[in-house]
Amino acid sequence: MIPLSHFLIVGALLFSIAVAGIFLNRKNMIILLMCIELMLLAVNLNFIAFSHYLGDMAGQVFVFFILTVAAAEAAIGLAILVTVFRNRRTINVQELDDMKG
Amino acid sequence: MLVSTIVATLIPMQFAIPDFTPAIPEIFLLVGTCLVLLVDLFLKDSNRYVTYLLSQIVLLTTAVLVISGMNDVNMAEALQTTGKASLTTFSDMFVLDPMSQVLKVSILLITVGVFVYSRPYLKTRQMYKGEYFTLGLFAVLGMMIMVSAKTMLIIYLGLELLSLAMYAMVAFRRNDGRASEAGMKYFVLGAIASGMLLYGMSIIYGVTGSLHLDHIDNFMMGHDVMKNMGLLLGLSFILVGLGFKLGVVPFHMWVPDVYDGSPTAVTLFLGTAPKIAAFAMMFRLLVEGLDEMLLGWQQILSLLAALSLFIGNIIAIAQTNIKRMLAYSTISHMGFVLLGILAGTEVGYASSMFYIITYSIVAMGAFGIIILLSRDGYEADRLIDLQGLSTRHPWYAFMMMLFLFSMAGVPPTVGFYAKLSVLKAVVGAEVVWLAVFAVVMSVIGAYYYLRAIKLMYFDQPDEFVGDEELLVPAKSGFDFKLLLSVNGLSVLALGILPGALMSLCVLAVEASL
Repeated sequence: MIPLSHFLIVGALLFSIAVAGIFLNRKNMIILLMCIELMLLAVNLNFIAFSHYLGDMAGQVFVFFILTVAAAEAAIGLAILVTVFRNRRTINVQELDDMKG
Repeated sequence: MLVSTIVATLIPMQFAIPDFTPAIPEIFLLVGTCLVLLVDLFLKDSNRYVTYLLSQIVLLTTAVLVISGMNDVNMAEALQTTGKASLTTFSDMFVLDPMSQVLKVSILLITVGVFVYSRPYLKTRQMYKGEYFTLGLFAVLGMMIMVSAKTMLIIYLGLELLSLAMYAMVAFRRNDGRASEAGMKYFVLGAIASGMLLYGMSIIYGVTGSLHLDHIDNFMMGHDVMKNMGLLLGLSFILVGLGFKLGVVPFHMWVPDVYDGSPTAVTLFLGTAPKIAAFAMMFRLLVEGLDEMLLGWQQILSLLAALSLFIGNIIAIAQTNIKRMLAYSTISHMGFVLLGILAGTEVGYASSMFYIITYSIVAMGAFGIIILLSRDGYEADRLIDLQGLSTRHPWYAFMMMLFLFSMAGVPPTVGFYAKLSVLKAVVGAEVVWLAVFAVVMSVIGAYYYLRAIKLMYFDQPDEFVGDEELLVPAKSGFDFKLLLSVNGLSVLALGILPGALMSLCVLAVEASL
């Protein structure tokens, strides 16, 4: 049987890849959306692993909700991306600098 | 045959129908919002006021339902059976307590005001569409669910319902490049925040074995939580997520850009009611769920609060745009809200709650003034647009002065009392250095509020602002002006008589703990 820690390490790795991807990526906004999905999937992996080892269903129920919300989130993200592209003809992250935060 | 076997397998599962009564306001709001959405489909553009009126009726009715939701009878019943003045339903996932009532009523009433203020703005810019109101109503539903959440799952779902509606609202003006840029930034950072929050929640769930905040609290009571690496890791991720959502330094990057880029009507909404919901989320997660880790989050929050007060007030001085200035001022005000929470006492939580409610009222008024001064093709969001306001519109200049005084914390406006009670709580918790630091930062912050007041009262408008056409107020109706006056005077009234609202906050916090 695979120990719990292995799942958690994979989850943490996926999460770190996602965060690194968001902060290192300077090119494409679609990559940002992919990183966000990856982040949520890392969380899902954590929840499922814990849920299995605790013998508690709540974690798996949570995962279903996260999956649904992630789908809605991706839809809105892509819709905003389309408006950005229409207004600027580019989806380059670096050119998104009309306002300096 | 098949049906009967299915029924036979279902019956032993004992699916009890939950008690819907505590959630009636939310259910009504959901049904009402769907109706508004449907009705709006069949309306001509000239009849859009029907959508507006319907949304206002739905909001006000929901507020009445919230107030009547918990009367003396079922309160006494709840006190007898559970020893707490709160009703729970849906397997204890949803709670109706005095605190959620107070916060929900303030969220609903502030949204009513926001809709009144935004109507003329939307009208003059071809944005008077049903989407603004329905998205707003869905966001309010999300906030109400957040406020009443008792498990991490419900907190997450309420938060996402709020955030998804807000992302769409920010990018609502489709042909505006700045608005879509703001929407994209808000979306990406909001999604990162949700991811961080969820990662923290998953770790807390793994260690404590439950999603329910009370069970988490019970589990922690029997353990040496400050030595548990897993819990500390989970706590830090949750704090990062909360920091992003509240917009405190160092997770504040999105706040100025989103405030600046989105249409003023959306900024007005974004900067008021969701702040109250964010406070509720923080209260539920940290105080009700992770109370045993007080020492851990107290330290992190004091760092975040000090940084927010510093960066928010210093950078606001350099701004020439009112919306950006108010964005940085929001960051510093969130620092104050954190101060009350990190005091870790009932008085501290109550003063934080008082602070966030009154801040929302004040911010609503300030953005209302910006909307009042703007007209089609002219946003009036630069600081110099305030120049000589006292000669053009003496009454509104006076109102704006009240809002700015309140943000700066000048007596007798409500901001003074809010700041004072938070500071008292912080001193009471013996974190004196932080209280002193907050006072110094407020003095620095007073500079840019007073500069705006000086512009209004002592500077003459230059030739551009003195344009004849600009002397007439924007096409805003009687309701707008009445609400603005009530809004301004309430800031004064709450400042002179803060007792009623403050004791309501204290009672609410006491009943919830």
